[in-house]
Amino acid sequence: MSKTPPVKRRLGRGLVPFRGERASQLLPQGSLAGPVPWVIAIMVALTVIATAAGLALSNLADGAQAELSGGATIQVVEAEPGERARQAQAVEEVLAGFPEVATIRRVPQSELEGLLEPWLGAGVDGETVPVPALIDVRLREEATPDKLRRMRAALLQVAPDARIDAQATWLGPVFSAIASLQYLALALVVLLATTSLAAVFLAARSALGSNRETIEVVHLLGGTDTQIARVFQRTVATDAALGGMVGLVLGTAAVLFLGQRFAALDSGMVAGGGLGWQDWLAVAFVPLITVLLAMVTARLTVVAALRKML
Amino acid sequence: MSEGDEEVVTFDNVGLRYGQGKEVLSDISFTLWPGSFYFLTGASGAGKTSLLKLLYLAQRPSRGVIRMFGTDVITLPRARLPSYRRRLGVVFQDFRLVPHMSAHDNIALPLRVSGVSEADLAKPVADMLEWVGLAHRAEARPATLSGGEQQRVAIARAVIGRPDVLVADEPTGNVDPEMAVKLLRLFEALNRLGTTVVVATHDLHLLQKVPQSMIMRLDKGRLSDPTGMLRNPPRRKATEARPG
Ligand SMILES: Nc1ncnc2c1ncn2[C@@H]1O[C@H](COP(=O)(O)OP(=O)(O)OP(=O)(O)O)[C@@H](O)[C@H]1O
Ligand SMILES: [Mg+2]
Repeated sequence: MSKTPPVKRRLGRGLVPFRGERASQLLPQGSLAGPVPWVIAIMVALTVIATAAGLALSNLADGAQAELSGGATIQVVEAEPGERARQAQAVEEVLAGFPEVATIRRVPQSELEGLLEPWLGAGVDGETVPVPALIDVRLREEATPDKLRRMRAALLQVAPDARIDAQATWLGPVFSAIASLQYLALALVVLLATTSLAAVFLAARSALGSNRETIEVVHLLGGTDTQIARVFQRTVATDAALGGMVGLVLGTAAVLFLGQRFAALDSGMVAGGGLGWQDWLAVAFVPLITVLLAMVTARLTVVAALRKML
Repeated sequence: MSEGDEEVVTFDNVGLRYGQGKEVLSDISFTLWPGSFYFLTGASGAGKTSLLKLLYLAQRPSRGVIRMFGTDVITLPRARLPSYRRRLGVVFQDFRLVPHMSAHDNIALPLRVSGVSEADLAKPVADMLEWVGLAHRAEARPATLSGGEQQRVAIARAVIGRPDVLVADEPTGNVDPEMAVKLLRLFEALNRLGTTVVVATHDLHLLQKVPQSMIMRLDKGRLSDPTGMLRNPPRRKATEARPG
């Protein structure tokens, strides 16, 4: 025994944690490898898509709301073309006198026909099918019911067939539909996060089961709960980080692809649905939070199991 | 053991039952003195392993008091037990080597757990491998070692940290008589350096090989101490050293 240097002195040095290579040696390499990183990758990808969709919808709603809240549409519903043109002209003149009005635009006949073509076929003109005259008005501020009422009163004096509507009013159902979609996206994010957590929990449990012998030995050799939990945390964190990166790449690719498709629609509505840098930042947080949650779950699982040992 | 001849371990009226079963250990009282060498004998199923489990803090007794290094370890908070376990060296009856680690890493494990640096542990581990005659098998996994070789790795792991107490459960069960004696000499060497040694064994021949040893006999879960030697050891080395 004289050959053994006095390492005993060093044993008294308190409870030093495993670090670096030593920690990775405690568990067999890849004890958590296998499906777990992939399950996490899929979860993260889906969460990224749901988050991006939710944020895009929210941007879309905000943009449309801002644009529409200051807008009003005036229709002159009169079958006789001459009278319709006269009333529309009068409406434009009266509106020009209102200080709140920023812009007035008479929707040209050709544009109206273009809008109606899909429903009524080509070659429709104001003679065969009476089409109301449309005037878009943009106010400097929000189109409150009070303002609209005053405008309506003024308009009716010169154009008895004019009807005025705030654009926000008839788009109300659209907004509530968008809001429901946003809630759906939020619910999906929550569900996916819960499922990811469950996957990590099961993975930590099975790793615990297959390494129970090792854990017991290290425990009996004087390993602390923290030391053992840290090793698990590291392994799980590595898996989660790996899966998170893959998931982020997949999810982002899908979001960019979808974004391109929607941009190609060239619709005024969807144009407002892009993602700003804050939104991308939020999306980038998805794998980060996943790794954190995975580590906490692994730690709690292992510590709970260790507490059952003396 | 800066406490001089203060007792290392004291069991007072300890009983143990697993679950709701009947007691496998009853009224166990004894004291382990520093630097002493004990054999624990008894028929199979007498409770040797159960008693050692209490000793190496893997099991709580159902009743009684266990004091270790002057502290009541039954009421000690769980978080403080690791530092007590680190003062013990244990050879498990079933070895409990970590299967994915080499012989070298298994032996190094207690030092790593205690935070000894890689540089500081290289030499003691190599020396220990040499001592148990496994230097050429340093990188072998336990599964590729023979029963006797695994046992020697288990012993090396138990003694590498120069524990205050060495607890060995049938440490010579799988080796030839020659190796058994050699391992016993290792325990004796450790004992001379101040480690209290407790060896559980069936092998009565072994008992005669260590003349200064004391014998604890378990019979159906009861410790027989007809001479009262365990409570008041007559041949205690510390007694001899003490003036008066
Ligand atoms: N985990 C356990 N749960 C229930 N009963 C147990 C448990 N471990 C041991 N026993 C019982 O306790 C008694 C003592 O067992 P123990 O292992 O201590 O005997 P032993 O003296 O070490 O025997 P051997 O010489 O065969 O190793 C036996 O009757 C055994 O069946
Ligand atoms: Mg036994």
